[in-house]
Amino acid sequence: MPLDQSFVGRSWPPTEPYLVGREKIREFARAIGATDAEYHDPEAARALGYTDVVAPPTFPVAITMPASREVVADPALGVDYSRVVHGDQRFAYTRPVVAGDALVCVNTVEDITSRGGHDFLTTRTDVTTEAGEPVVTVWSKLVVRGEG
Amino acid sequence: MTAQLEPQTFRVTRADLVRYAGASGDFNPIHWSERTANAVGLPGVIAHGMYTMALVGRAVTAWAGAADAVVEFSVRFSRPVPVPDTDEGTEVVVTAAVKEVTEEGHTRLSLTATCNGDKVLSMAQALVRKR
Repeated sequence: MPLDQSFVGRSWPPTEPYLVGREKIREFARAIGATDAEYHDPEAARALGYTDVVAPPTFPVAITMPASREVVADPALGVDYSRVVHGDQRFAYTRPVVAGDALVCVNTVEDITSRGGHDFLTTRTDVTTEAGEPVVTVWSKLVVRGEG
Repeated sequence: MTAQLEPQTFRVTRADLVRYAGASGDFNPIHWSERTANAVGLPGVIAHGMYTMALVGRAVTAWAGAADAVVEFSVRFSRPVPVPDTDEGTEVVVTAAVKEVTEEGHTRLSLTATCNGDKVLSMAQALVRKR
């Protein structure tokens, strides 16, 4: 079943703030093997000009992927999650995420296309502080594989 | 800054995928259950695309010298990275080369990631700011 085209251009209300914990950044950095001190040691991070430990560049997905579930899981859109594979991923950074951030996500469906029996869903998540200062914008393109 | 980064090799095992699942919150069973992976037509458990991208991100930040030097970072996942249930797992090899210096003075890196000789990413690039 094709995805509902009327979702293109639709945005959702801001999510509840995600509080970025120092231990979460350390855990994520350990999981990807990032051993540099700026990810683990607040003093080392401050010496480099950050307010606390800094997150690796792909860390924002730990926030945006759960946040975008409200879009992908909307039954009206029609995504069969068991057929979803990750197509593209893009980040545009205003600044890196640091421990202590309280971050809000606004999801938008940017594009829905269909090609070769597969559907393609592009979401944009604007990640900002509670005051609305931009931090990072995250685009994900999901491929919903056709049946058979 | 050199024009070409020495290829960096990252070993990936099932334990790495479990650890990444926990840290990222992505518990899709195709990244830890052979049974589920086979049921959806995959040859076996595959790495999270975002885990592969994270490894490439390590190479980019190492090249750039700092996490806050990365202005943009994008990839297309073109092939899965199968991770066998062995002590050795598999290997992902990452390369980076300078593609251009933009008008703003940023450096655009062209990136590749291969597994078993196959390119697993396409159109992968990063825009990096000089510190």
